[in-house]
Amino acid sequence: MRIDYVLRRLVLFVIITWLAATLNFFLPRISGQDPVRERLLEQSMSGGYVHTGMEEMVERYEQEFGLDRPLWEQYLTYLGQMARLDFGYSISNYPRTVWSMLLESVPWTVGLLLTSTILAFAVGTVLGALLAWPRAHGIVHFLFPPLLTLSAIPYFLLGLVLIYVFAFQLNWLPLFGGYEAGTFPEFSWSHIMDILRHAILPGASILLSSLGFWALGMRGMMVTVQGEDYMTYAEAMGVKNRTLFFHYAIRNALLPQTTQLGLALSTILSGAILVEVIFSYPGIGTVLYNAIRQFDYFLLQGIIFTIVLGVTLATLILDLIYPILDPRITYDRQ
Amino acid sequence: MVSYLRRNKILVVGMFLIGFLALFTLLGYLFWDVSMHRPLSAPANQSPTWDHPFGTDRQGRDLLAVIIAGTPLTLYIGVLAGAIGVVVGTVLALVSAYYGGVPDTLIRGAVDVGLTIPPLLVLILIAVSIEGGLSVTMMAIIVASLSWLWPTRSIRAQVLSIKERAYVQIAKLSGTSSLGVIIKELLPNLLPYILATFVSSTAAAILASVGLEVLGLGPMDSPTLGMTIYWVQFNAALLHGMWWWFLPPIIVIIMLFIGLFATSVGLDELANPRTRRAV
Repeated sequence: MRIDYVLRRLVLFVIITWLAATLNFFLPRISGQDPVRERLLEQSMSGGYVHTGMEEMVERYEQEFGLDRPLWEQYLTYLGQMARLDFGYSISNYPRTVWSMLLESVPWTVGLLLTSTILAFAVGTVLGALLAWPRAHGIVHFLFPPLLTLSAIPYFLLGLVLIYVFAFQLNWLPLFGGYEAGTFPEFSWSHIMDILRHAILPGASILLSSLGFWALGMRGMMVTVQGEDYMTYAEAMGVKNRTLFFHYAIRNALLPQTTQLGLALSTILSGAILVEVIFSYPGIGTVLYNAIRQFDYFLLQGIIFTIVLGVTLATLILDLIYPILDPRITYDRQ
Repeated sequence: MVSYLRRNKILVVGMFLIGFLALFTLLGYLFWDVSMHRPLSAPANQSPTWDHPFGTDRQGRDLLAVIIAGTPLTLYIGVLAGAIGVVVGTVLALVSAYYGGVPDTLIRGAVDVGLTIPPLLVLILIAVSIEGGLSVTMMAIIVASLSWLWPTRSIRAQVLSIKERAYVQIAKLSGTSSLGVIIKELLPNLLPYILATFVSSTAAAILASVGLEVLGLGPMDSPTLGMTIYWVQFNAALLHGMWWWFLPPIIVIIMLFIGLFATSVGLDELANPRTRRAV
């Protein structure tokens, strides 16, 4: 692999991470005041919310980001903290650190998204391949309009409808959450089944709304592949229909789909924020939603920075792996 | 015209859906008391009756009035943000692709960086940082702050291919200034493509604004479709089985998206008749 390609990608990664941290720092301060400080003071003064550590927290914040110090100095301190992934304490759940809340929620998000993305990829790709296959069963072609319609619907709205029909009306599946309220996560058969039952509806809303995307992409590639000479040749040689479909057509049409799969997997952390909110799923999206509602700046900044970091890191890895998978991708600038 | 529309059915479907929603809003404003979209203007929690065909919500809004007032508001956010995005995007794309050099490197770099960061997060950060209540127009401007990225990239690619064509070369050789070439030769040929980009970025802007609103970062006192869904979530209307509250906004949003999606696919075919139909 060419070294300047790797370097360029690394520089892009650093720039994006730095930009995200900078936006995180400056946007709340653009209005002239320091909303973080205001919020902290407000919290520490309001009666119902008093935490014992709040005074300490205000003090620490003042010390580090004191308004008496010039802005660039505050900015450098902040960048240093971000580089060490030190996001401080959550304002609304005081003794807990942002880091511990992230550690608890990220596995839920990754589990849900990883499963539903891979399922959607597999099912959608096969459906798309069948759609473009002239010898496929007629039923497949009736699937096309509904698939297209589903892909135009925002996935979280689909989630609302699914909750109403399957959880509220039919009562087949739980209404919200990631596991039965009152139970504690443990490693037992019944608990795992419980988690799976809770994941069906949010997973289905992501799956259904992204099927169309995979099917469309695969269909386009299959049409191209079918025009290739080797297909005509194999057909003339009397290769069996099934072999033709799986070994000649699908295998050659699959590569662009896997690129897309890589891209989709890289946005795993940011992909389902709204679905989690709709289902109160205990992942990173719900924590983000609560941070917004409670105006918990440290938590908000920590989550946003972590998600951006996750997405850019995944993109970087993908960019580095992809030229090895497909040598036709050049390392050079266009 | 008619014979073209007969061939381009998907464009007809799209325009029909958008037209239907426009007609619904228009008739609604003519024949219904839309001021009832404010809280406390009707008895709360009523399922559909003759007086309130779409029922009322927990704060006593008449939901038919909410939908009539909300549909154009949501569309307005999308159209404004989409228009800003496409205008800025077109200018940047022309500068970047036509002149090349340092501006091109800068613009391309900015787009590459911008498209890597998940947009919803940046929008959340901006919306949280603005103090006081948001207005509908502010909402559109917030969404517009990122809506130029994708148009810049896709229109730039289009300009790159158009500027090599023979008629552009001839115009250049016959002494037309760069600005003249851009305005007289490039823009008219880009127009159908810009239009298709505009429609798809309107849809993207609506999606972004509804997303922000569902998270509670929208204009609290405006009855946009996204805010209606936020109130549904906030009051747990789902768990009370108040289907008349959440179904209408969902159906209207779905109609909007399918309408815009179909229109943009149809326009795309108008712009590039030679490309094999993707849909």
